[in-house]
Amino acid sequence: MLVELRADERAVVNLGGIRKDVSIELVPEAQVGDYVIVHVGHAIGMIDPEEAERTLALFGEMAEAAAAAGAAA
Amino acid sequence: MKYIDEFRDGDVARKIGERLRTEADPARQYSFMEFCGGHTHAISRYGVRELLPPNVRMIHGPGCPVCVLPIGRVDMAIKLALERGAIVCTYGDTMRVPASDNLSLTRAKARGGDIRMVYSATDALTVARDNPGREVVFFAIGFETTTPPTALAILRAQREGLANFSVLCCHVLTPSAITHILESPEVRRYGTVPIDGFVGPAHVSIVIGSGPYEHFAEEYRKPVVIAGFEPLDVMQAILMLVRQVNEGRAHVENEFSRAVDRDGNLGAQQKVSEVFELRPTFEWRGLGEVPYSALKIRPAFAQFDAERRFGLGYTPVADNKACECGAILRGVKQPTDCKIFGTVCTPENPVGSCMVSSEGACAAHYAYGRFKDIPVKVSA
Repeated sequence: MLVELRADERAVVNLGGIRKDVSIELVPEAQVGDYVIVHVGHAIGMIDPEEAERTLALFGEMAEAAAAAGAAA
Repeated sequence: MKYIDEFRDGDVARKIGERLRTEADPARQYSFMEFCGGHTHAISRYGVRELLPPNVRMIHGPGCPVCVLPIGRVDMAIKLALERGAIVCTYGDTMRVPASDNLSLTRAKARGGDIRMVYSATDALTVARDNPGREVVFFAIGFETTTPPTALAILRAQREGLANFSVLCCHVLTPSAITHILESPEVRRYGTVPIDGFVGPAHVSIVIGSGPYEHFAEEYRKPVVIAGFEPLDVMQAILMLVRQVNEGRAHVENEFSRAVDRDGNLGAQQKVSEVFELRPTFEWRGLGEVPYSALKIRPAFAQFDAERRFGLGYTPVADNKACECGAILRGVKQPTDCKIFGTVCTPENPVGSCMVSSEGACAAHYAYGRFKDIPVKVSA
């Protein structure tokens, strides 16, 4: 998660407690609070929280469907 | 960590596995290639293979940047350090790739070469700024994920007028490698490598988007599902591939929609095309010469191109005969088919490139799977 914007298109990200200085030149729109994907010291993309929830919900449906199938069998 | 832990939930993984067993048709075989080394690593590390039904098989692809780097390219970097006195900066994994004369960048460093491991292309720029009297070369490797940072480094060097910095560019392209595999005789003619679909790359797709894969789906009738690097992402993508095959569909679907859209990172693509152009051909370890599969630095940035600057030529070098990396990278063989796997060739002392990086098929199997090959005997 991006925790601090710095000069020269750089930012500090917090990776599970580890703070790291990365470049945000490739995602100049990134703001504090955004989740960025970091590759070789550069943020290359951002996580869309709504899409992440949607994917997790898909897994959830899967789990229910599997449970239902298991109960039917 | 948010957006990581919830994508590693073992109970959910087992449930997706149950779903897969319900939906996979027992009368048929499914073979899917995970192109990307990050997926190879996830499949081995999290035991994804054990959760799949026996008729769903995963084939490792060539998407491990270090694995596909041919010996001749590493030789060029070693030559720059040992014969031309340059400081060579490179990513950690590249250091141990076996080269000619029993050398690697690590061993060349032991012989006195000034070779430095960097985390980022930006760090190589810092080395150049700190050593104005020396030539500093960034040995740049990788797919579409590491290319934009290299482009930024060159653009910055130009802005700063950094006269002692150059790049040995070995950046390669994912779509052309996929085309090459689909056109290979093993897939097209002999059918020895049956591929029913692809798990598409995660980080590469963040940069290039899902659009470039549409061609494979349409032209070759192969479904592609782009997946994140976590185990649930991979499981879900495999389920989506099974469904496409069952329904006779061949589309590009995106499981990794939390980070990938159709267009990708347009800003990053613009930087890349500003600095790089296509190479007519490039040698890949395992795949041989692949047309239009790599990038070189545009003439406008010639002073930052180490190949031009030092007049370097490329000499192809054959791999060690005992090593099966080539066949493994084409999906023809598995690590355990190699006679020297785990005996002569280990992560501590790799003979082939697939044993070097944690994303390599051999290193992944060595780290997470090799004891499963040995039958357990219980004696009374």
